[in-house]
Formats: sequence, structure tokens, C-alpha cells
Amino acid sequence: MNQDERYGLDKNVRLLGPLTLDSGAKFAPIECAYETYGTLNSDKNNAILICHGLTGDQYAASTHPVTGKEGWWLNVIGEGKPIDPRHNFIISINVIGSCLGSSGPSSVDPSTEKPYGMKFPVITIADMVRAQAILLDHLGIKTLAAVIGGSMGGMQTLSWAAQFPERVKSAIIIASAARQSAQNIAFHEVGRQSIMADPRWNKGAYYDGDAPTSGLAVARMAAHITYLSETGLTQKFGRRLQDRDEKSFGFDADFQIESYLRHQGISFVDRFDANSYLYITRAMDYFDLADDYGGTLANAFKDTQTRFCVISFDSDWLYPTSESRRIVHAINAAGGNVSFVELKSPFGHDSFLLPAPEMNEIINGFLKAAP
Amino acid sequence: MNKSDYKLRPDLAIIANNIEQDSRVLDVGCGDGALMAALRDQKNTDARGIEIDPANVSAAVSRGLSVVQGDADTDLSEYPDKSFDYAILSQTLQTTHRPDRVIDNLLRIGRYAFVSFPNFAHWQVRLSLSFGGRMPVTRLIPEKWYDTPNIHHVTIDDFRAIVRERQWIQENQWFLSGDKQTSKAGANILAEHAVFLLRKD
Repeated sequence: MNQDERYGLDKNVRLLGPLTLDSGAKFAPIECAYETYGTLNSDKNNAILICHGLTGDQYAASTHPVTGKEGWWLNVIGEGKPIDPRHNFIISINVIGSCLGSSGPSSVDPSTEKPYGMKFPVITIADMVRAQAILLDHLGIKTLAAVIGGSMGGMQTLSWAAQFPERVKSAIIIASAARQSAQNIAFHEVGRQSIMADPRWNKGAYYDGDAPTSGLAVARMAAHITYLSETGLTQKFGRRLQDRDEKSFGFDADFQIESYLRHQGISFVDRFDANSYLYITRAMDYFDLADDYGGTLANAFKDTQTRFCVISFDSDWLYPTSESRRIVHAINAAGGNVSFVELKSPFGHDSFLLPAPEMNEIINGFLKAAP
Repeated sequence: MNKSDYKLRPDLAIIANNIEQDSRVLDVGCGDGALMAALRDQKNTDARGIEIDPANVSAAVSRGLSVVQGDADTDLSEYPDKSFDYAILSQTLQTTHRPDRVIDNLLRIGRYAFVSFPNFAHWQVRLSLSFGGRMPVTRLIPEKWYDTPNIHHVTIDDFRAIVRERQWIQENQWFLSGDKQTSKAGANILAEHAVFLLRKD
């Protein structure tokens, strides 16, 4: 199995599809960038799908080719960790719409041999999941022992369980929601307007010249605030000044928090495409799982045999516990099997990406308890 | 796990012994899941839990149990009618804001409901209040008046009265003194602890 060309690090495949999108359009071919860790067993029942967040990627447990940073979820994936490549076959796929190898606005449209730009179709969370399902068919994987994701990854996990209940044995949804709130749509719109206000954005046709990095950096700065918490910011930065003893009476980054945010913005543009940011935030904004099920969330989980585990963090105001509870209520109302816990952490929405021993214990216990 | 490995609290042991094999059970206020784990392994039940304390929830989920962090007073309404064979409320009744509504919900969700609670009319409690003149602090009611989670103390006779008033059907009753079962006679004075099995129809 290990010799299978389809499995391993930094894989790319072009699939014929077509992928039928929620918008009604058909999309083909589908480029899929993904990685696998561990070995698929002979029963093919040890596969775990990792779903990444808005600006995440397939490099969950390996070094990012652009930043050189180690995998974004090494706290959870690895030997001796809850998701262990010695036991599990782990699949991590770059979502469509993104810019790390899967089809997105920056990839080349085979019909024009130019980047799609804004000709790329508007996609949804459900579309991302259907693309992943097509890739899993190609990989020869019918059922997943578990699908797991935080934030937008949690939305994909919910969509997986709703669209393909027979393929998902267990689902772990962390710091997420079954719908994007008005407040979160609002923050996304600020980011998008920031990108579009950058003259270099050029209605998305910037791939021959300079990218709208100023707009994208500001979008990232605004978004980054929502991933943290006031307590976390106060602990980490307070009102401390950056490399100076006095206020400058100017508009330099006087405060450490300003300097930190500017750094976050500037480093983000090296690894992310502005148009991808537009498309993926749009996909999140359009997400309301109940929409496809007659407006009643519980109907999304009707007759489900999937085991669910929902985790929230008390300082996460972007995807607060109330949204997780809403998921839990719906699964309970459908008679489904669900566990839920709100964990304590001062680090806001980003808590799920940071070392969180309690979260690890829960993921581990939940996965091990699978029948 | 071997059957003898479970050292359940006496009221939980009574409940465990009286639950049918292969049934569906909702344990409201399940703590760290001791009863659920025993039921799963000994009776092959499909057990679900609700627990208010996050540390307990984490412990229960980490041992592979299906537990939701929630509150008996507010979160039972989401469960469909008759979705469980048994709904269990062990030593939690006296901590709820509206015990009557909680039991109503248990009887709606489960075909049967087990309710266990410490008896506030036990002679030690009576002595402590009558002669000591202070709010009783006993083995089963160990907290002081100001930090106790027990906000609705109840006696066995109080409970019997509400069962009659609401026309709930009492299927069975058990009484405990120390860790030993004790008789129905004089239970309101002699029993430290009571377990009732109820149904609605």
C-alpha cells in the first residue's frame, strides 16, 4: 500500500469530475492538492480526513513549502498524538478555491491557459466537500473513520456528515458553527472590501503584475483580531510600546499590538492569494447547513449513524459556544449520538490550533471509543 | 473491564441492576460517567449523558462516553419524546431550579425515569436542625448552607406527595441507609437516600 503512487506528501492530481456546484455550474477539471500520512489498512477503514480553515492548507503535518513553517496541526497529528499515522491513514486536502495547488482563482483555466481570476465560479462549503469526495473516490476510500476540522474545517465536517452520512463514521467539529453569523459575514466583508479597494486588485486580474498585497494585508489584520481574545491580547501585549520608551506622536507602530498585526498582515501575503481570500470567505458566508434541509438544522442529521463530538472554547467570540450548542441541540433532536464540551482557554478562536491537552484527550478518547 | 471492577455508588448500583439489557439510557447529571460506563459494559446499553461540570464532561468523553455539557433545567427540552428507555437523575434533583419540570421532561424523554436523592427528613438531618439549630451538614449533604449546590432539599414524603399530585406512576422504590438497602417502613426517618422508578403512562 505504501508504494501506491496516489499516497504520500505533496500530491497533486487532476480529476475529470465534473463537480456540480451549488450555483448550478459544472466545474471541470478539478485540481486537487493533498497529502496523506500513515498507511491505509487492508480493510480501508482507518482513514481520517483533516479539514482545514479559511487560510489553512494541506500541510497539516508537514513543512509548508512557502513559509518553511512546520505543519499547522502537529499538536494533534503525529506519533503518540490523538491522530497517529502509525494507526491511521490521514488525508489532508487543500480546499477548492484555495491557492496551494487545488483549483482556485489563481490556477490556470485550461480553456484559456490563463489564471481564472474572477471567472472562477463562486463555490460553497458543500462544493468543497463534494470535490473532496471525488478525490476520495480516486484514492479508493469509501468510508472515513473520522472527519475532523476546526473553524471552516468544522463547517466542512458538518457538511460531510450531512451530504455523505454513510461515508462518515465519526465527526469532530471544533470551534465552528452550522451557519455563519451576521457579525462574521460583516468581518469578512471588511476584508473583501479592503482587497477590492487596493487599486492593484484590478477586478481580480492581477496575476501578470503586482498583487493587491496592501489590501490583503489589511484584510488579514482585521481578521486576525477576531481569532484572538481581549484577555489574550491584554496578556500578550497590553498597552506596551514597541521598541521605544515614549509615544512617537505619529502613526508608526507605537504599540506592540500594532507591530504584531502589521507583521501578521505582511507575512500573510507571501503565502496567500487575494482572490482566494474573496472566494473562501464568500463560501463561509453562504454557509447555513439548515438551508439545504428545509430550514431545520435537525433535518441535516436525520437518521444519522455518525458519532459526533463538538468542542468549543469559552473565549472564542468568533464561533462562540452558543453556535456549538445549536449543533448539539440539532443532533440530539434528530436522535443522533453527540458529545459536547466547552473548554477553557484564554486564546480565543485560535485555541484549537494551539497546544490544548484537554482537547487532545477528548479527541483521543472519542476516536478510540469508536465501535 | 470485568464486572467486578465497577464500584458504583449504592444508588447507582440499584439503578444499574434494574435496567434492562440493550436499552437506551439518558443519564442526566452523569458526573464522570461511572454509571454510563458500567451500563455500557455490563448491560450493553446505548448510554448518553448530560453533565454541567466541564471537567467531568472531559473525563467522560475521554473515556469514550457520549456526554453533552449541559444543564438539566434548560437542555432537556431538545430531546424528542420517548427517545430513551430510561432517563436517570441521580443525586441531581435537589440541585435543579425546577425539579418538577425536570422530572416532567425525564418522563417525556424516557419510558421510565429513575430519580435518586438524599432524604432531607433522615433522622440525622432532623436532629441536626432541631437540636443543633443549624443547617444540617451530613455525609450525603456535606456542603455548608452558603456553598451548597442543593437548592431544593426534598424528603421522601415530599417526593411521594408530588408523585401523587402529578399522577406519575411509581413502578418501584428503594431506600438506603449507609450503603445498605433498608425497608420501606419508616423510610422517611430511617433512609438517608431514596431511589424511585417512575413512568407516566
